[in-house]
Amino acid sequence: MKKLHFLEVEGNTKGFFTFLGLFGLISLIGILAAYYMEHNGHWVTGMNNQIIWGTPHVFAIFLIVAASGALNVASISSVFAKTAYKPLARLSGILAISLLSGGLVVLLLDLGRPDRLIVAMTQFNFVSIFTWNILLYTGFMGIVGVYLWTMMDRPYNKLTKKAGMAAFIWRLVLTTGTGSIFGFLIAREAYDSALLAPMFIIMSFSFGLAFFLLFLMGSYKYTQRDLGDYIVNRLKNLLGVFVAAVLYFVLVYHLTNLYSADHRGITQFILTNGGIYTFLFWVVQIVLGSLVPLFLLYSPMGKNRTMIGLASGLIILGGMAQLYVIIIGGQAYPMTLFPGMEVSSSFFDGVVASYAPSLPEVLLGLGGVGVTLLLMTVAIAALKFLPASLADEVADPHAK
Amino acid sequence: MTINIENEKKDAMTTTVESSRRNFIFGSVAAAGLTVAPGMMLYQTANARSLSEKATSKVRWGMLVDTTKDVDWNKCVDACNTEHGLGNESKSRNDQKTQYIRVVDVKNKGTGYSMSLPVMCQHCEKPPCVDVCPTGASMKRPDGIVLVDRHRCIGCRYCMMACPYKARSFVHEVLSDQKENTPRGKGCVESCNMCVNRIDNGQEPACVEASDGAIVFGDLNNPESAISKILAKHGGKQIRADLKLNPGVHYQGI
Repeated sequence: MKKLHFLEVEGNTKGFFTFLGLFGLISLIGILAAYYMEHNGHWVTGMNNQIIWGTPHVFAIFLIVAASGALNVASISSVFAKTAYKPLARLSGILAISLLSGGLVVLLLDLGRPDRLIVAMTQFNFVSIFTWNILLYTGFMGIVGVYLWTMMDRPYNKLTKKAGMAAFIWRLVLTTGTGSIFGFLIAREAYDSALLAPMFIIMSFSFGLAFFLLFLMGSYKYTQRDLGDYIVNRLKNLLGVFVAAVLYFVLVYHLTNLYSADHRGITQFILTNGGIYTFLFWVVQIVLGSLVPLFLLYSPMGKNRTMIGLASGLIILGGMAQLYVIIIGGQAYPMTLFPGMEVSSSFFDGVVASYAPSLPEVLLGLGGVGVTLLLMTVAIAALKFLPASLADEVADPHAK
Repeated sequence: MTINIENEKKDAMTTTVESSRRNFIFGSVAAAGLTVAPGMMLYQTANARSLSEKATSKVRWGMLVDTTKDVDWNKCVDACNTEHGLGNESKSRNDQKTQYIRVVDVKNKGTGYSMSLPVMCQHCEKPPCVDVCPTGASMKRPDGIVLVDRHRCIGCRYCMMACPYKARSFVHEVLSDQKENTPRGKGCVESCNMCVNRIDNGQEPACVEASDGAIVFGDLNNPESAISKILAKHGGKQIRADLKLNPGVHYQGI
């Protein structure tokens, strides 16, 4: 095994500025979309008093969930002492911070009063799961920052394992917190399940690793660095396990809901007669986002990088669909005011709420992805996050 | 069901007047209000306070809605809209407009029985909207009124996700021509505040006044109040009582 060597990406190249410009533009468009929404008010969006959280939340929660998952690679290296993952630990840490930043930007800019951020940062209601999340997110940034430091500054290397353990525990709590934003809403049938928190954790494993793998393959391709099959195959096999685990949780979640009579309505809505939500669930989340990737990853096609990239992209698409169904489908299904009765009102009681994502919402969400990629582009050029080579003779501990 | 609410109210009013006289001697604001605004319906002043005093948990304001009365509930909705200056959105879609009270039609599919009732913020004893609010903008006063501090609300809308009664609305556009007592800002969440401005001035909520006696307002903690007496004698139900939030709004006939 050759010695591992980290190197910044060359910044003064056409390719670097192209990506910088592209991701900067996507971020800028997102911020302009947010300005348009904030300037006019949310009436310009598809959101309303029934669908309270719309497409921006789907993007934001995807990015936040993926952030904690992206840290997994580093955790496997530091906490579970798998040396094969060590070369990827730095990238894993910085990607986690970037994904979280992108998600938080979207979440913040979708607030009714983003100008009151200072209120959110100074006035805390410690009973609120949102408050816990504000602390968990800022804490995550800090802990992963320290973790990266211990990895990248040689005298502090001996602290890496401890910092990695702290970051690992923190990310589990963080995703539990994100899942609990929904899990503790007693009034909404779709969310009233303790399964949501662990399900969000396993979702984070899958979405985070899919994003990680795409970024890894993309950055190595465009910087013309060697990326051997050893590391890619390990990651894609692990990704397949995570996708299967998410499927298992989805199955258990819906089965338990079908079993309890008061949750049967929402489950039938999602699974059979929910229109767009049923379509997104079966076609995008289950078939395109889970079964097709599993086939791509584990069949002989899984040796092809393009197919692995396609599978990762589909897992991300399926993850977005899954969150869309959970977040928006869960709100669209009417709340029970009088169990067993038919209700109607001028406030859309008793009917499935309508929602169509508006362009500014989608642009804001994509802007968050842009921010993530912009930060990553700058980070890998500024500091030594990427190994100069991940060819098999470097990455494979058993290579001669 | 025959409930003599009018008599109950008169009883309450007598107590009010006597008590207010006593307060007047000590120069209380409540008594002044009674003097300058004759005919104003005062609530039980045994627990009334002047505006300089803080709200106290000795009182728990509540409402009792008698759905069996033949009342046009839309009158309550109109009174609410007028009181708080609602319905002035010009750009919002129907599903984006604010409603503090709505009339809900309920039908039993099995028996065909149907009824209508006004639903507003239920002013829960354990309000989920207060629990989830990250900044403490969504709050419960010691006297049981649940409301939003519009200077603190960041517009995250988590309270709207948490409310089992769908009682809250989000302001989707810039609003002008606002009522002095009900400041409403784009990007903030709002809901029925039980007409806290009126209560603090010794008046009843606007919907109660417009309900032709079908909604009784008063102190649930005071066994002598009209509302407590009716509840003690005839009982009442809370919507989604199974959630154990103990709403301050009770109903009869549901």
